[in-house]
Amino acid sequence: MAKGRIVVKEMYCKGCELCTSVCPQDLIHMALDQLTPKGYHPAELVDPDGECTGCAICAVICPDSAITVYRMVPEDKVKTTTA
Amino acid sequence: MTDKKMVETLIYTKSESLTELGTHYCPGCTHGISHRLIAEVIDEMGVREDTIGIAPVGCAVFAYDYFNMDFAEAAHGRAPAMATGLKRVNPDKIVFTYQGDGDLASIGAAEIMHTAGRGENITVIFINNAIYGMTGGQMAPTTLPGQKTTSTPLGRDIEMHGFPMRMCEILSQLDGASYVVRRSLHNVANIRKAKKAIRQAFEVQRQGLGFSMVELLSSCPTNWGMTADEALKWVGESMVEAYPLGDYKVSPEIKGMKKGGGG
Repeated sequence: MAKGRIVVKEMYCKGCELCTSVCPQDLIHMALDQLTPKGYHPAELVDPDGECTGCAICAVICPDSAITVYRMVPEDKVKTTTA
Repeated sequence: MTDKKMVETLIYTKSESLTELGTHYCPGCTHGISHRLIAEVIDEMGVREDTIGIAPVGCAVFAYDYFNMDFAEAAHGRAPAMATGLKRVNPDKIVFTYQGDGDLASIGAAEIMHTAGRGENITVIFINNAIYGMTGGQMAPTTLPGQKTTSTPLGRDIEMHGFPMRMCEILSQLDGASYVVRRSLHNVANIRKAKKAIRQAFEVQRQGLGFSMVELLSSCPTNWGMTADEALKWVGESMVEAYPLGDYKVSPEIKGMKKGGGG
């Protein structure tokens, strides 16, 4: 099971592709078969082997705060931080 | 591996200090990153109810719609003058201006110079992308020599158009300025450093130590005619060379302060 996952909010994503260039696992790709309400191809997580670590580097470079990051954390260490 | 129970935890989501509205900035524009960093710093300091921002004229003219806090809109270049008034009548509030290079270094050069000279206890976030973005990519005072813009189609010729102005270096010479630093937004490591500098600048103001400014080297993919990724690379290669990153003025009182958190 993946250690992390991201959710891209299509309302905010403008398809600038910056997240695709910084992902250390190269798991983010543009969804060329989808369009956002603004008319851009959004970014999406393609992670069939569960390699996403939830490092949040994509969220740090995203200019539109379109990415929400979740990570699996031991129950006794749960705390929400900003990247 | 331990057999501890793992739970899915929210690590990062949009800051509470930003509104739900999507921005009008072009895809890949670093204005969005700077907005986010300021919002996250305000979240972390817990001062959203006590913060007043001042929006400039330029691409960030609608910043008051994007920040979820009190905001005022200044005439072109006059944000530091407005901030002076707001801070003097509300000394317990955090007052910051958000200005581009056309706003701060060109039409607002007098205001920023005298505000820094008087040592007003405000914070200035200065976005330097070496071009006038909103009006269609004309030459700005910060345009690099040789850089092509719509008003210098053959590149900025220093004999005809003069030299770029380095605002951090200029303002650091003023006795009133306390904290003047330059950071860049061209990669993740530098974005994290920029956030720390913004936190430090707000802490300087909170402790009443005087004028603070953070210059952020930014991109303008649309008017530079590049993709978002190429534009960030150009910032890292060309702009950082022309505008060296660093701390230009850190007054002795600040050096004794505990370093700002975040990042």
